[in-house]
Amino acid sequence: MSTQPVTVTRKQKEPIDFVKVEESRQFKNFMHAKKKFIVPMTIFFLVFYFTLPILTSYTTFLNTSFFGDISWVWVFALSQFIMTWVLSTIYVKRANRFDEMAEEIVKDQLDEGGNR
Amino acid sequence: MNLTYFLFFICIVVCTLIITYWAAKRSVTTNIFYTADGSLTGFQNGLAIAGDFISAASFLGIVGTIAFNGYDGFLYSIGFLVSYLVVLFLIAEPVHRLGKYSLGDVICSRFPGSSMRLMLAIGAFTISILYMIPQLVASGFLLRLLLNIDYSISVLVIGSLMTIYVMFGGMIATSWVQIVKTIVLMSGTFLLSLIVLSNYNWNIPAIITDVQAHSPLGEYFFHPGHLFDHTIELISLQLALILGTAGLPHILIRLFTVKNTFEVRRSLLSATWIIGTFYLMTLILGLGTIALIGYETLVATDSTGNLAAPLLAQAVGGDFLLAFISAVAFTTIVAVVAGLVISATTAFSHDIYHMVWKKGKSTEKEQLYAARWTALAIGLLSTIFALRLETMNVTFLVSMTFIVAASSIFPVLLFTIYWKKFNRTGVIAGMLSGLIVSLVLLVLGPHVMHPEHGLIGREAIIPLYNPGIIAIPLGFLGAFLGALASGNQSENEGDYPAFFRKAQSATRSRSDAS
Repeated sequence: MSTQPVTVTRKQKEPIDFVKVEESRQFKNFMHAKKKFIVPMTIFFLVFYFTLPILTSYTTFLNTSFFGDISWVWVFALSQFIMTWVLSTIYVKRANRFDEMAEEIVKDQLDEGGNR
Repeated sequence: MNLTYFLFFICIVVCTLIITYWAAKRSVTTNIFYTADGSLTGFQNGLAIAGDFISAASFLGIVGTIAFNGYDGFLYSIGFLVSYLVVLFLIAEPVHRLGKYSLGDVICSRFPGSSMRLMLAIGAFTISILYMIPQLVASGFLLRLLLNIDYSISVLVIGSLMTIYVMFGGMIATSWVQIVKTIVLMSGTFLLSLIVLSNYNWNIPAIITDVQAHSPLGEYFFHPGHLFDHTIELISLQLALILGTAGLPHILIRLFTVKNTFEVRRSLLSATWIIGTFYLMTLILGLGTIALIGYETLVATDSTGNLAAPLLAQAVGGDFLLAFISAVAFTTIVAVVAGLVISATTAFSHDIYHMVWKKGKSTEKEQLYAARWTALAIGLLSTIFALRLETMNVTFLVSMTFIVAASSIFPVLLFTIYWKKFNRTGVIAGMLSGLIVSLVLLVLGPHVMHPEHGLIGREAIIPLYNPGIIAIPLGFLGAFLGALASGNQSENEGDYPAFFRKAQSATRSRSDAS
């Protein structure tokens, strides 16, 4: 969490061809990287979350003991907390990198008027 | 009311009013009034989000539900927490980049126009009011139980405080009241959890044994299925909880109170840690209540279970701790309702008055004037409503709010941000289908239609207490079909490439970008 995004305050001199920016390899790579991270993660946490109520509704094996009186269902329930904390921490780390990539695009493409 | 209670309450009222006074002197522009000028740090905003989100129903209600139903009560906590992943991964950054003050701004940055803004404003306003009324009613009962003061006096006190905070102090006062609330609430629950654990010498198995001995559920206390016997009901609730937060306007407008996306992420990261820790502590309190006080005493005192935490406080710490926990509950209530007042106020005065009615041409001074009067009107009207609803059970409106949010605002936001072919018709169809379907399901469901205690004394047509599993897919379907039905009018679609770029990558602070 050390990389604060640089704020761009530069004045724009000439109109920028945004369609070109949009179609540039740099921007496409950026969106691809973002999607490749967010989509699987989102699917993962949704599946992980709904697995718990589905398992407790249709099966009873989570009621078996994990340790003493504590059953597996509680382990799974508490792991939802751990999952939330871990994923949100990972997201924040990765998103800071995405911000850097976006900054680079802004710098490179806007300086060139979108001609790169 | 004895002196200890009185001092705690006066202390909280005076502290929050000092905050409001300090904030009022600073709230001189609309930007400051609606978003505190984006001046909060990520961590402060995280505290404020937690303060906005954790209602008295979560604090007192969940402790009681866990004490009564064991595992099933804890399901609410899981849903509330995991829902922040949906906000963080899919919604938060685009909303921050695109909006200025309200959700109407977010949608209108892709689909400019009065009808779009009006639709979103009505949605946001309705959801905030639907959520505020039951909170006010519950607070009236709660203070009556805790302090032995009259229902109407309790509602009047809380109603006036929330109105004063927002009317004079705007978002700065609301934020800081929420920050103070989170600190007080976390300290209170932490202290109470420590006392419970030390009562058992930190021996968790001993707590479990005692819980099983004192709950009528016995050894099955820790098994699922005591609150939700229907699979559909259970999945439906979980669906509404995980998707609802991402459509709650009073939470989403808190994303405008920081200066950039870096701080947005820090806000939500802090919020998940605080909220998660809080719900783990309510688990300890729920188990502690049943272990130390027992089921019979709890039911005899209050059959809803809302008094579990206060009873526990009294049992382990006497009147002083009870007074402290009551004060915590009071702070919890005022912070949440203030957040709802400012959310409804923004929807009305910024979107409807300034942008739609005055076509965005009213001056700063007029806008501020309108915002303050709107806050006053909303505060007054909600208080009057809450006073008249004393005899009605309206707690189901809380879970309804999550369903309405998840089936109207959430699908519309998601499609607007990510779907290239989405269009104006889709926005209107999505909002309307979500709102109408939720309300129809509510009326046809067992909250309203019930042979014994329903408004309509007959068997419910749709026997679901949590109709999210029908309403949410229909909301999505409405938005989807609406967008397809209107065909490919390019004007209708808005400028998606420019919008998309801004939603995904604008790292400049919002004030520069807008």
